[in-house]
Amino acid sequence: MSGSADVAPVASARALAARVRAGELSAVEVLESALGEIERRDGELHCFNLVTADRARSAAAEIDRKVAAGEDPGPLAGVPVALKDNLCTRDVPTTCSSRILEGWKPPYDATVVGRLAAAGAVSVGKTNLDEFAMGSSTESSAFGPTRNPWDLGRVPGGSSGGSAAAVAAGFVPLALGSDTGGSIRQPAALCGVVGVKPTYGVVSRYGLVAFASSLDQIGPFATTVGDAAALLEVIGGHDAMDSTSLALSAPRCSEVLDDGVEGLRVGVIADFLDDASLDCAGAVRAAAEVLAAAGAKVEDVAIPELLHGLSAYYLIAPAEASSNLARYDGVRFGLRVDGPDVEAMNARTRAAGFGPEVKRRIMLGTYVLSAGYYDAYYGQAQRVRTLVARAFARAYGQFDVLLAPTTPSVAFPIGAKTADPLEMYLADLYTIPSNLAGHPAMSVPFALGDSGLPVGVQVLAPALGEREMFRAAAVLEAGAAPEARAPVTGGAR
Amino acid sequence: MSTDAAPRTSSRLDWEIVVGLEVHCELATVTKLFCGCANRFGAEANTQVCPVCLGLPGSLPVLNRRAVELAMRIGRALHCEIRPSTFHRKNYFYPDMPKDYQISQYDEPINVGGYLELASERRIGIERAHIEEDTGKTTHVGGGGRIHDADHSLVDYNRAGVPLVEIVSRPDLRGADEARAYVAELRSILVASGASDGRMEEGSLRVDANVSVRPMGSQEFGTRCEVKNLNSLRSLGRAIEHEADRQVALLESGGRVVQETRHWNEAEGRTSSMRSKEEAYDYRYFPEPDLVPLVPDEDFIAEATAGLALMPAARRKRLAALVAAADGQPAATSVTDQIATVVDLGLDDLVVAAVGLGADARLALARSANEAAQSPERARELDASVFADLLGLESTGKLSATQAKTVLAELLEHGGEPEEVARRLGYEALSEDALSGVLDEVIAANRGAWERYVGGDEKVAQLLVGQVMKATKGRANGKAVAAALAERRG
Ligand SMILES: [Zn+2]
Repeated sequence: MSGSADVAPVASARALAARVRAGELSAVEVLESALGEIERRDGELHCFNLVTADRARSAAAEIDRKVAAGEDPGPLAGVPVALKDNLCTRDVPTTCSSRILEGWKPPYDATVVGRLAAAGAVSVGKTNLDEFAMGSSTESSAFGPTRNPWDLGRVPGGSSGGSAAAVAAGFVPLALGSDTGGSIRQPAALCGVVGVKPTYGVVSRYGLVAFASSLDQIGPFATTVGDAAALLEVIGGHDAMDSTSLALSAPRCSEVLDDGVEGLRVGVIADFLDDASLDCAGAVRAAAEVLAAAGAKVEDVAIPELLHGLSAYYLIAPAEASSNLARYDGVRFGLRVDGPDVEAMNARTRAAGFGPEVKRRIMLGTYVLSAGYYDAYYGQAQRVRTLVARAFARAYGQFDVLLAPTTPSVAFPIGAKTADPLEMYLADLYTIPSNLAGHPAMSVPFALGDSGLPVGVQVLAPALGEREMFRAAAVLEAGAAPEARAPVTGGAR
Repeated sequence: MSTDAAPRTSSRLDWEIVVGLEVHCELATVTKLFCGCANRFGAEANTQVCPVCLGLPGSLPVLNRRAVELAMRIGRALHCEIRPSTFHRKNYFYPDMPKDYQISQYDEPINVGGYLELASERRIGIERAHIEEDTGKTTHVGGGGRIHDADHSLVDYNRAGVPLVEIVSRPDLRGADEARAYVAELRSILVASGASDGRMEEGSLRVDANVSVRPMGSQEFGTRCEVKNLNSLRSLGRAIEHEADRQVALLESGGRVVQETRHWNEAEGRTSSMRSKEEAYDYRYFPEPDLVPLVPDEDFIAEATAGLALMPAARRKRLAALVAAADGQPAATSVTDQIATVVDLGLDDLVVAAVGLGADARLALARSANEAAQSPERARELDASVFADLLGLESTGKLSATQAKTVLAELLEHGGEPEEVARRLGYEALSEDALSGVLDEVIAANRGAWERYVGGDEKVAQLLVGQVMKATKGRANGKAVAAALAERRG
């Protein structure tokens, strides 16, 4: 490891909330400790684009007032959380780590931001990401990369690298990210924390700045499986502001954490083990043994169609992105670079405001939707998407959950893949299929791999299979190498 | 190749004008299509906006149920099939389009395959009537009011996201008059269905015309041009005439029509090229991932389209049937015109009710189309029994036509009972005794005419009746006088 293992102790979110609710610990104390750590170490790590200390202080004081007054301060009372900087926060800059949104303050809160506040969580700031969530290393941020707390020379993964690193560094016990092709699970694996992508439609997307609308889903980062379940229960559930939100309440996963996996049918996706590095593939085999030992029925399953997901994803996601990002035209908000006429103003603004990866995807997406190419690219990709969903359906006829590596390798050095976009895209090979199908999946830190870096194991489930997924994850967590995840103190779990 | 000059050519008669219309109708909903902002015309600029209709990052559309209901009412009124539908994104950059894409229905619209029946009884095919969102409104300051010469432009987003239904006709219209009649009829239908206030001057209805010409008798369509910016029926008619003339002149001078979009300039009375087919946008349509498919079940459709008022075509048929039943033969053209007027003015219920009370159908129609039409608002409130009584006085000869018209005007102006009003005006027919005395005098003074009348010369009757009326200063009723003369002759 180059650099120090910059991983501080942090209490579990539920333990913190319990003590704040009981009046044993003040929300202000908890917050000041978090702000102190951020102040001390985030200059180096760059997890945050913005720390909203004053707002957080008044929110924490309000929690303490409620506790003192005997009012219910909410299930996450006083828990500091970090928000990926593509979640809209009222009157607080929301940048998507892009120059093009410089100076823009949304006039409204994302649904999840409102739900967090209502639950008593205290948001401390906005975390760094790959520009518009397009990337797997947080290096495409216009404001510079985030560093992996386990090794400052390495990437934290992406695109939600800032949130993953903030949890791994012990700044906050909880954070929110968004996952379009693996953007929660991959950085969670690389940073040794838990990361969950829920079923599409379980968490409202209202206020999440869109990258690829049919794939985007907001989800939790936490140091433990139980904390992730608690956070999902707060942010999930129907929202009338999002037409694709399911008419269901949030999945209650906290209550199944101790249920074990006796009789659970677990399929190991064999196709993903061939090309994964030895440590990542090995972790999956070891995880399978842990589940089998706990009474699960574990078998290998071949789902070769899933490997086609990557190419379909890199047509569908840019297509949607090219349309979603059209509104950054200099007319109403964010950056404007003037020109002699409106077309020139649009073009100059976009040329100056977007970074190279975003431009690459807008061009790709514009191309695949163009007259004469639509069917060959976008249409074909949608057919592959259907194929992936059918392949999953076939597997879930036999299994309750599937097991796979989250990533092909441990965290890679900063700069190692920036010259080769295709190499970078491969980092999402094992996470993308769940987004295409709209299924839930999560990464659980399980082992230490090459260079003493954490390795995550991925649990996949069919749509609304969160409870079975969390049952398996809880067993894996209990059987994991304790040194593989960010340390937890204060009576965790 | 500019050929904006469009001399009228005598050979226009050799050409047939073919028109298809795209009519954008703003729906009369309380709120916008995808957000809760007010859908109201005339508010201060940019006061009816929110993150959704401004297309702010992170915002998402939620479909307005009322807009869907109104769209289905339009579909039902135009005899369309109402189907499961989806939304697409139509991508192009324009400052008044907040998201730089428009959410619109594309290959799976909610209404397909209907027709609109004109007063002439010609059926104009309706290809589709789909839902989409409106854009904001740009005002170009400086230059010629066009974006490219402007010093700067101001955008009002109050209109952005207002629900529209775009009604696309087949190219079934033949010429400017029929196109105008179609839009007028469509406007009545949209108002009758409760979908629109029909105010063209406020932009509630906006029309684009696809115009082509072909040699009379040809079955093939010519190359068409789309003409935009038609803000009134008058603009529509003038623009079609002008565009057809331009195309005919081009073709007759050996040129060819180039498919393009043209802008109608009302002040200059001509169209000019906006963009050619080659320059046309590639809209890169793809399914809108932020919305789910719209699959209304039978109950929803039935509920939404329930209570739909009778459409103008059906109302015209109802009147024509009344007249035909009374006359024992189909209505003549003059009567058809009266029927169209009466339906346009919303007086058909009055006519139907009066006929139901025993009034003469032709007479009820004529008095409605001509006299009552002078003040249609009051006529719509006229009690049908009062109207029927008046018509009864006229058809039994107690009032002359002229008298009946005056009484009707008085009834509309001040109300009252027909007999009482007639009496007040001194129109009460002369008593038989008094009339008999006048007849004696007239016969005595016109002996020769009377002899000829007795000898069977009917033409002389008019002269005698006229003399009687003159003697009574118009208070005698012509029909009653004629009857009395015939009786005296034996
Ligand atoms: Zn709005």
